[in-house]
Amino acid sequence: MSDSLYAFVSIDLPAMTAGVLAAVVCALLGSFLVLRRQSLAGDAISHSVLPGLVVGFLVSGTRDALPMFLGAGVAALVSVALIGAVRRFGRVEPGAAMGVVFSIMFALGVVLLEQAAARQVDLDADCVLHGQLETIFWFPPSVWGDFFSWSTLQQTPRQVVVLAATLGVCAAFVAVFFKELRLAAFDPGLADALGFRSGAIHAGLMALVAAATVASFEAVGSILVVAMLICPAATARLLTDRLGSQLLVSVLVAALTGVGGYLLGAFGPEPLGLPGAVNAAGMITVVAGLVLALACLAAPRHGVIARTVRRRRLGARVAREDALAALYRLEEQRLPATPAAIATLIGVAAESERSIRLAERAGQAEHDGAAYRLTPAGRAEAKQIIRSHRLWESYLVDEAGLRPDHVHGLATQLEHLAREQGRVAPDIDRAVDPHEREIPASD
Amino acid sequence: MHASLAQSLTDVGFEWPTWGETLRVLTLRAGYNTAVVVLGAALLGVASGVVGAFTTLRKRALMGDALSHASLPGVVGAFLLAAALGLNSHSVGLLLVGAAVSAILGVLVVQWITSATRLGEDVAIGAVLSVFFGAGVVLLSVAQAIPGLSQGGIRSYIYGQTAAMSVGDAKLMAAAAALAGLAAILLRKEFALVCFDAGFARAQGWSVSLVDLLLMALLVMVAVVGMQAVGLLLMVAMLIIPAASARFWTDRVGRMVWLSAVIGGLGGYLGASASALASRLPAGAVIVLICGALFVLSMFFAPVRGVIAELVRQSRLRLRIATDHALEALIVAEDSRAMAASPTIGAAMSWWLRRQGLASAEGARLVPSAAGLERGRRVRRNHVLWTRYLTEYADVAPNHVDWSADQIEHVLGAELTAELEALLRRDDAQRSGAS
Repeated sequence: MSDSLYAFVSIDLPAMTAGVLAAVVCALLGSFLVLRRQSLAGDAISHSVLPGLVVGFLVSGTRDALPMFLGAGVAALVSVALIGAVRRFGRVEPGAAMGVVFSIMFALGVVLLEQAAARQVDLDADCVLHGQLETIFWFPPSVWGDFFSWSTLQQTPRQVVVLAATLGVCAAFVAVFFKELRLAAFDPGLADALGFRSGAIHAGLMALVAAATVASFEAVGSILVVAMLICPAATARLLTDRLGSQLLVSVLVAALTGVGGYLLGAFGPEPLGLPGAVNAAGMITVVAGLVLALACLAAPRHGVIARTVRRRRLGARVAREDALAALYRLEEQRLPATPAAIATLIGVAAESERSIRLAERAGQAEHDGAAYRLTPAGRAEAKQIIRSHRLWESYLVDEAGLRPDHVHGLATQLEHLAREQGRVAPDIDRAVDPHEREIPASD
Repeated sequence: MHASLAQSLTDVGFEWPTWGETLRVLTLRAGYNTAVVVLGAALLGVASGVVGAFTTLRKRALMGDALSHASLPGVVGAFLLAAALGLNSHSVGLLLVGAAVSAILGVLVVQWITSATRLGEDVAIGAVLSVFFGAGVVLLSVAQAIPGLSQGGIRSYIYGQTAAMSVGDAKLMAAAAALAGLAAILLRKEFALVCFDAGFARAQGWSVSLVDLLLMALLVMVAVVGMQAVGLLLMVAMLIIPAASARFWTDRVGRMVWLSAVIGGLGGYLGASASALASRLPAGAVIVLICGALFVLSMFFAPVRGVIAELVRQSRLRLRIATDHALEALIVAEDSRAMAASPTIGAAMSWWLRRQGLASAEGARLVPSAAGLERGRRVRRNHVLWTRYLTEYADVAPNHVDWSADQIEHVLGAELTAELEALLRRDDAQRSGAS
C-alpha cells in the first residue's frame, strides 16, 4: 500500500465514513420531520444537549464518551418533553416554544461549561457546534489481506461503530413501522381514528431523532446534524411525491453529499492556493445546501424553473385562445376584426396585441388589410373553443342555476382549464347557448 | 461516588457578593465599565423585547434564529476581505455590515423558499440557518489556517463577550432600542394588523410585504447589534423569551409590547449585574437564564393566560356545573315526591350545597333552600329550552340532544336564555295561529 493511500485510508476514510453515516441517519429520520413540518426539532434538540454533555462530564470527571452520551441523551429527551409541555400547558405556538426551551437549555449549558472550565478542563463548545471529523483516526493493517479479520474490525473508530449502530436501529424502526409512520406523517387524525397511536409513533420518532443527534454530534457537530435532518429530505420532497422514493432519494442525496462535501473540504482548498483543509462538516453542510438550492430551482415538477415555464406556457395558450375566440365571434357577427374590436372583446389592449401575435405566429390568424382573419386551421380550433365556452355556459345556467348574464367569465376560465386537462366540455346535447347563439358542432 | 459528585459540583469556590456590593452594581455605582455593561445589556433587552413581541405574534419567532445564524458567513467574510485588502479587520463597523448583509440574504432566501416552492417555513428556516452557519464555519477554518491572523473579534459573535462591552457598543444598543421603540410607536397599528390578520390587512389596502419587510429590517438590526454582545444563540433567546413571557400577561398588543420590553430590559439588567458580581457567570448566558426564570414565572402565575389561572378557571367552571347538576337532581326529586328515594349526591357535594346555603339537611334528606330552588329551576328551564332549540333549529336528532344540552346549559347567560325563550314562544304562537 502506498503512503498516500495509507494516509487516505487512516485519516480520510474513517472521517468520511462517519460523516456519511451521520448524514444518512439524519436524512432517513428527516423525511418524516419535513413531512410533519417539524424539521426544526433537530435544531432544538442539538442545542439542548449541551447541559447534558457538561453534566455528564462533571459527574464522571472524565471525557469518556459514555457518561457524556447518557447526559446528552437525557437532556435531549427532557427538551422534547419540555417543548411539548410549554406548547400544551402554556398554549405557546410551536416555534416560540422551541426557541424558549432550547435557548434556555443552551444558556444553562454555557454556565455549566464555565464551571467546568474553572477546573482547567478542556471541554470546548466548538467541538459540539462544529464537530471534530478531523480527529477520527484509524490504523488499518498494511496488508490488504488483513482487512476483514476480527482484529481489524475491533480497531474501527468508536464514532463509526456508534453511528453504524444508530443507523441500524433507525432503519429497523422505519422498516417495521413504515405504514404507521406514513399514516402519522400525512394524517395523524386518521391514524388515531384507525387505532394507530400517532402520539406514540411521534414520540418514538422524536426519541430516535434525539439518539441520532447525540450519536452524531461528537463526530460531525450539531450544525451538520441540523442540516442533514432538513436538506436531503427537503431535496427529496422536491423530486418525488411518494414516501418510499422520498426516503430512498433523501438517503442517496445524503450519502453523496457526505462523500462530495468531505472530499471537497479535504482536497479542494489546495488547488485554490489556500493552506490546508477546511472544516469538513461545514463543507458537507454547504454542499447539502447547494444541492437543495439546485433542487429548488431545477426540480422537474416542483422546481421554480419548471413551475415558471408551466405558468408561462399556460398563459401564452390562454392568450392565443382568447384571440381565436375573439376573431371567431367577430366573424360570426360579420364585423371587421380590427385591433380595436379585438381589444374590446379581450378586455385589455396590451394583452390583446400579444394574443393576436401569438395566434399569428401559430399560423392561426393572418393580416387582412387593417383587420385580421382566421386561417382554416385557426377556425377549426376557434370552433372548438367557442363550442366549449358555450357548452359551459349552458351547463352553468341549466345545471348550476346561475343567471345567464353571470356565466361568461366563469365559462371562460372553465373552458381554458378543461382544455388544459384534455377534456373539452360538459357532455350536453344542445344547439344554442343561453344567449341563443349557435354552439358549433364538435369535429 | 455520590460524595465525590456532591463535592465536584459544589467545589467551585463560589463567593456570595455582599449586600453593599450588590446594591452598588444595581445602582450603577460599581465602576464605569460595569455600569456601561449593565446599561447596555438592559437596553439590548428592551430593543429585542419590542421587536421580538411583533415577530412572535407574527408566528416568526424562529426567524431571529435563522438570521442570527445566517450572519456568521458575513462576519467572517468581511473579516477575511478586510484582511486581504489590508484594512483593519477588527473594525466593528465593517463586521456589522458583513453580518447585516448576510443576515438579510438569509431572510430573503427563507422568504423565497417559502413562497416559491412547496417547502414549509420550518424547512426554509432550518435549511438557511444550518447551511449559512456551515458556510461560516468553513470560512472560519480558512481564517484559522491563515497564519498571523488573530480572530478574537469573530468568536465573540458566536459566544458573546458581554463583559467586554464598550461605551460605543452601549451607544449602539441605545440607538437600536430607540429605533425599535420609535418604530413600534409609529407603526403600532400596521404591525398589529399584520400580526393578527394579514389577510384582512391586505384587503384593507395595506402592503403586508412592506410591513413585513420593515419588521424584518428591525429584527436584523437588533440581532446584528446584539450578537456581538451576548452571542448568537443568546440573541435568539432574547428575541423570543421576553415576548413569549409577555404573552401570558395580556391579550392586548400595546401592553404586550411594553411588557416584553420591560421583561427583556429586566433580564439584561439583572443578568449583567449578577455576572458582574460573581466570577465565572458568563453574562450572556445568565441574562438568558434570568429571562427564562421570568418566563417560567409568567407561564405559571400570570393571571390572564397563566397555567394556574387557567386551572382555577377550569375547576371553577367544573364546580359550577357539578353544583348545577346536583341542584337539578334535587329539584327533580322534590317535584316527584312519590319516589321517596333522595338522589345520589356525594358527601362532598352535599357539604358544599349546605355551605353555600343552597340546601339544608332534614334528617337523612337534603332539601333545597329557596335560593337553591330558584337556581335549580333556572338550570332545569335552560336545559329544556336548549333541548328544544337543538331539536327545532339545529336539526339534532332528539335522542342525541340531551348530551349536548347538558354541555351547553351551564354556559348560557341570562340574556341568551331570554332570547331563546322569546324565539320559541313566537314560534309556538305562529304554529298555533297557522293550525
